[in-house]
Amino acid sequence: MDTNIGMRSELSRRDFVKGCVTLTAFMGLPHALVGKVQETAESDRRLPVIWLHFQECTGCSESLLRSSHPTIASLILDKISLDYHETLMAGSGEQAEKSMHDCITANKGKYVLVVEGAIPTAENGIFCKVGGRTAVDSLAAAAKDALAIISIGTCASYGGIQAVPPNPTGAVGVGALVKDKPIVNIPGCPPNPYAFLSTVLYYLTFNKLPALDALGRPKFAYGRRIHEHCERRPHFDAGRFARAYGDEGHAQGYCLYQLGCKGPVTFANCPVQRFNDVGAWPVSIGHPCIGCTEPDILFKTSIAEKVQIHEPTPFDGYPPVDTGKKGKGASPLTTAVVGLAAGVALGAGAMMAKNLPDSAAASKDKKNP
Amino acid sequence: MKPLSRRNFLKTAGSCAGLLTVAPVTCALASGGTDVNNDELGMLYDATRCVGCKACMAACKRTNNDHGNLEPETAKFDPDGIWDAPEDLSGNTRTVIKLYKESPASWSYVKYSCMHCQKPSCVSACPVGALSKDKQTGIVSYDKTLCIGCRYCQIACPFNIPKFQWDRTMPQIVKCNFCKDTCLKEKGITACADVCPVKAIVFGKRKDLLTEARRRMKDHPGRYVDTVYGEHEVGGVNHLYLAGVPFTKLGLADLPADAPAVFSEKIHHTIYKGFIAPIALYSALCFVALRNARKQESHQAPHDGGSRKGKT
Repeated sequence: MDTNIGMRSELSRRDFVKGCVTLTAFMGLPHALVGKVQETAESDRRLPVIWLHFQECTGCSESLLRSSHPTIASLILDKISLDYHETLMAGSGEQAEKSMHDCITANKGKYVLVVEGAIPTAENGIFCKVGGRTAVDSLAAAAKDALAIISIGTCASYGGIQAVPPNPTGAVGVGALVKDKPIVNIPGCPPNPYAFLSTVLYYLTFNKLPALDALGRPKFAYGRRIHEHCERRPHFDAGRFARAYGDEGHAQGYCLYQLGCKGPVTFANCPVQRFNDVGAWPVSIGHPCIGCTEPDILFKTSIAEKVQIHEPTPFDGYPPVDTGKKGKGASPLTTAVVGLAAGVALGAGAMMAKNLPDSAAASKDKKNP
Repeated sequence: MKPLSRRNFLKTAGSCAGLLTVAPVTCALASGGTDVNNDELGMLYDATRCVGCKACMAACKRTNNDHGNLEPETAKFDPDGIWDAPEDLSGNTRTVIKLYKESPASWSYVKYSCMHCQKPSCVSACPVGALSKDKQTGIVSYDKTLCIGCRYCQIACPFNIPKFQWDRTMPQIVKCNFCKDTCLKEKGITACADVCPVKAIVFGKRKDLLTEARRRMKDHPGRYVDTVYGEHEVGGVNHLYLAGVPFTKLGLADLPADAPAVFSEKIHHTIYKGFIAPIALYSALCFVALRNARKQESHQAPHDGGSRKGKT
């Protein structure tokens, strides 16, 4: 416990517990497990992490560092032993490379590899080299003895903007190259830092990776569509849309669907967790969702393109009750008249049939005149 | 044995047939057929509680769309197809919430879906047994593998519930089946009752629903009209209604307590009981045919096949 005091020196006990409750809720765990998460956060166990950067903008790292609760970010960063991170590490050159090598050999099978950025594969991967090695080689070397891989950001998850056709560098995501390790994708451009932090804490708490969806994303953060929790949803249901940027509807905060919002097909928890810890996210400031957590939407469809809604729900309106103005049906008089006419027709037919000459008799009469 | 005179034979035959036909009919009609099984499953919809959120409509379609061959229904004013906007029950919609609005002060929501009658007319009218009522649960359900598409069920239903998929190549009849193959199987409750946030839809045994309905009426005097719709209508139905405005205004017709299905079935089933009617009919025809044949023989016999005279 004494050693932990140093770790939490800048944190009040109250803030520390609050942070643990937030993360527990974020992971979708019951409140009863707050104690367990807190225990994990207080424990001495540190998870060795190697963080590789490939074709990317470092936005994911920035997003993680720029969250306005640095206490929680540092708490979690204190829980991991970040042995190699090109942006954050103090060392450089051969010293830094040695640090990574030492970590890999010392923690064989016990470290987590975090990958940020896509990996170029065209022309033997010459488009991205760090320390004289191509990204493909560095990834293969670091992934070989990793416990698990976390692909942070859309580039590492699916290739991102580098992989958009014509994809001159042959960029791919981690999943396309590493097949024999558990991979957690935390897509987003950038992803919400808490999705990453919660995944790490989940692992430390339960010694297993969280449940993943078909695209390898943690279900606790990517289980529902943006549309399901969007604060502009009532405007969608009521048919109140912004038709152009800056128009009356846009100023009124109406739904951005007609401007091309990808919320109805994008799985992420942005409307719930939001960004920068100040309650902001793209849709809240008037920009449609661009679907950055989906491999087939970001950079593949135009921002203004409307998406097809596959599971439409009722809109905000009601058909009126039909109180049965269906006519009264046939009146007795009509029935009588129609019946009489039918009777007359039948009778006339019968009389006619009776008056027809008997064919047998007629033919006999012809034969025997 | 003395041969029976024609007159006597007809008299005996006629009275026998009459007895056989009429007696069971009168017996059956006398016995009533008013027995209501309160252990069957049902739903209670409370229009005064309903907030019109349509969670039930969305849940119904989400739960049953694959199983029931349902699709979203696009409104005319919605070219992008972004809403599911049924205007009524249809070949894509098993349940729908409508609004009755007389004035800003007097209005009510109403939910339509299959009433799951105690004596369902659709089951009675179906010539192939594609619609059937489960003896235990009382659920009236549809089997697409048996249906021949005659749509008698649509004509027979007093509530205008079954809908036909006119626009499909392989059409089906669409109606609520209490999520028999989906939510009821998994959770023991219908999807609509499961999602209702205000308990406006309660699922359970008919007797419990009636108790609950009476309790609500007693607890809130003046809130409800003083009958439970469906308790007695057409022999009792399992989908019951409570409302604050007269049921006829909510599109729920004023129907007699006799089940039309019971009346028509009694006549029909009795006539055909033990195959009596066909036997009687064909015996009579057979008798006439034989008699005529014998008559002809006796006419022809004296004239040993010679110069045959014409008919008189």
